[in-house]
Amino acid sequence: MKLTFSPEDEAFRKEIAGWLQNNLCDEFEPIRFRGGPGDEHMFHEQRHAWEQKMAQGGWTCVGWPKDMGGRGCSIEQQVIFHEEYARAGGPGRVGHIGEGLAGPTIIAFGTEAQKQKYLPGIVSGKELWCQGYSEPGAGSDLANVKTKARFDQDRQQWVINGQKVWTSLAHEADYCFVIARTDPDSKAHKGLGFFLVKMDQPGVEVRPIQQITGTCEFNEVFFDDAVCAAEDIVGAPGEGWKVAMGLLGFERGVSTLGQQMQFQNEFNEIVRVAKENGAAQDPVIRQRIAKAHTELKIMRYNAMRMLSGQAGSDGALQREALIYKLYWATWHRELGELAMDVLGPESQILEAEPYQLSRLQAMYLFVRSDTIYGGTNQIQRNIIAERGLGMPKEPRP
Amino acid sequence: MEFAFTEEQNMIRDTAESFLREVSTSGAIRDVMVTATGYDVSLWHSICRDLYWQAIHTPEAYGGMGLGYVELVATQEQMGRFLLCSPFFTSVCLGINALLVVGSEQQKQTWLPRLIEGKTASLAFGGEVISRRGGGWSCDVVDATWQRQGDTYVLNGEYRYVLDAFSSEFLILAARQDGSEGSDGISLFIVDANTAGIEREALPTMDQTRRQGTVTVNGLKISPEDRLGEEGRAGCQLQTILDLATIALAAEQMGGAQQVLDMTVAYSKERSQFGRTIAGFQAIKHKAADMMLRVEVARSGVYYAACVAQEAMEALANDAAIDTDALSEAASIAKSYCSDAFFKNAGEAIQIHGGVGFTWEYDVHLYFKRAKASEHYLGNGAWHRERLASLLLDRDGLDQDLSLQEGAL
Repeated sequence: MKLTFSPEDEAFRKEIAGWLQNNLCDEFEPIRFRGGPGDEHMFHEQRHAWEQKMAQGGWTCVGWPKDMGGRGCSIEQQVIFHEEYARAGGPGRVGHIGEGLAGPTIIAFGTEAQKQKYLPGIVSGKELWCQGYSEPGAGSDLANVKTKARFDQDRQQWVINGQKVWTSLAHEADYCFVIARTDPDSKAHKGLGFFLVKMDQPGVEVRPIQQITGTCEFNEVFFDDAVCAAEDIVGAPGEGWKVAMGLLGFERGVSTLGQQMQFQNEFNEIVRVAKENGAAQDPVIRQRIAKAHTELKIMRYNAMRMLSGQAGSDGALQREALIYKLYWATWHRELGELAMDVLGPESQILEAEPYQLSRLQAMYLFVRSDTIYGGTNQIQRNIIAERGLGMPKEPRP
Repeated sequence: MEFAFTEEQNMIRDTAESFLREVSTSGAIRDVMVTATGYDVSLWHSICRDLYWQAIHTPEAYGGMGLGYVELVATQEQMGRFLLCSPFFTSVCLGINALLVVGSEQQKQTWLPRLIEGKTASLAFGGEVISRRGGGWSCDVVDATWQRQGDTYVLNGEYRYVLDAFSSEFLILAARQDGSEGSDGISLFIVDANTAGIEREALPTMDQTRRQGTVTVNGLKISPEDRLGEEGRAGCQLQTILDLATIALAAEQMGGAQQVLDMTVAYSKERSQFGRTIAGFQAIKHKAADMMLRVEVARSGVYYAACVAQEAMEALANDAAIDTDALSEAASIAKSYCSDAFFKNAGEAIQIHGGVGFTWEYDVHLYFKRAKASEHYLGNGAWHRERLASLLLDRDGLDQDLSLQEGAL
């Protein structure tokens, strides 16, 4: 157990830090620190151009195997990459759903043809993806998916009907991976399929959802006889749940180190404000700042434990991984509250009409979603109790 | 970067676990907690003889095992988990650490083998001022005084909250030069606890599993060869000793927080109400999940702090400077989180056990009491957070360093 990286890894750190210093400048200067959670609607085109710049430098898909077009980085190097990226103020990655979710799923479960068709577009930073999981009736109960996929024998293609919701980046995406029911009489986890669907077609309509922040990162996506080629189902019909859950397993937590560096940037900003406006002299605020610092620091080492530990042979999450979502989401929500309380009454004054939020204000509002998406805090507690502590499962009708 | 136990570390932890499960039973704890020493002397000697835990992180040159602070906290965690009544924390995490930090080569050669033999030592450093507003647990609370009279030192003062004061065979005493302030003028001395001029009194404690007492020194004469460190300049080293001990105590708290979770989950799976086990109710599951979160976060915090402590031990061994800010920060992070985690978990354990959790017969109260005692020894959560706040907020520019220099790890 030690805290330091090898000399080779430190050399890698210099390499990525140097590349970012030389490239994240000039026309990209305005997008530094932008486009993160709560700010994803901003600077889309510039960030898309940046994604392709990253690709030219060989810095997209760094954790993918080399023969799939990735950089083949070790876990340590991926950690370093994400840290340096966040430290340099790298903008929110428009390609993250493709790189982190769609790509790894296709690599693990896809056919050779799917790999050749889809992976290069992700690696080059040109083609963007979105995720079609949640539905109006399938939130915490994700398996209650109602969207249907029917195979049209005449045209030899899938026809999809239904509605997805909370689909971030749908309005910018080229493709969506969709779970839909292939067996209309099936229930819950059975009878689902995992589809790679082109967004630019008559049967797909995207409607933005205006959020608490006044902005629109999320969308509703309507499928009305949308089509998907026969060869664009990943895994067999009926096995979509397995693929969908496998996908969640790819999120091994490497990118969380980068997320933490963003948290650190936010925390530093709060400390700066507190010193400037005198909140740093308030004993209660001091306690809360120290608590936030304590828990952020530990978050880092908890993530290191997750990354250093051997994954269970059954793919079961280890204890430190089980608690991770509940931990960071709750922490981040409290950070938002701390930001407003450090700002005091000034926190209520916006930057401009009609509803222009400062970075900390946007963060404060946006973090209310952290404890909801990706498994609410309540669902997380059920999972921890059931899988981590062996307590009885919730009754299912 | 490698943030998992090695096979050897796993083995050390597993050995400690199975041994303690066997010997530190509820009955054994209750038998010894009412004795004068507060621990089973023969068990302590057999630990020292057969398991050698007391020697775990002492370099081999002084008869130790030469392992690191990670191994030390792995053992401490298990002792906390099974609520072992023993002088380990006092004698090893305060006593041996003090000698390792501030002892001269000669003094380490003289004293460490005695402690490794199983003799016990405690550290006394502050008086009643620790409990007062403006007091606390940093080295500046030292208020006993030393004066030099010819070739000897003369000490006067009263120490309070001294762990195992009554049973320890040696005492390490902190005192300040008359008239000095803050961390200036502080010296440490090591003496036989039965020396004339020392009075010790055991204090009855709410947590009966670890004893406290007072030590009064009145015209105590000590020869210069028993002064640890440079005359009047051991303040910073005392702080290092306290920070190292704080990290070890946090490990013990984390073990306790784990154990009350395990006890509570096991109980909830047995206890039936409304026709089913209470473990099936979400109100119980969610409390248990929060307890587990606190344990795992505490564990990550302790392991990180242990790595920082290990770096400090290595600096000591190489006569290099210790990064005292990093050590203090790690100690305060671990102790503030673990203090709160253990106490909250112990409180929830009583709640989920219901009525029986409130009885003397069930063991939950032993943990609940240990939790509060450990929380208030070496600084509670709020005290450590204030210490972190002053590192973060009261020094220009340091916040950047704190967050990013180690972020670079």
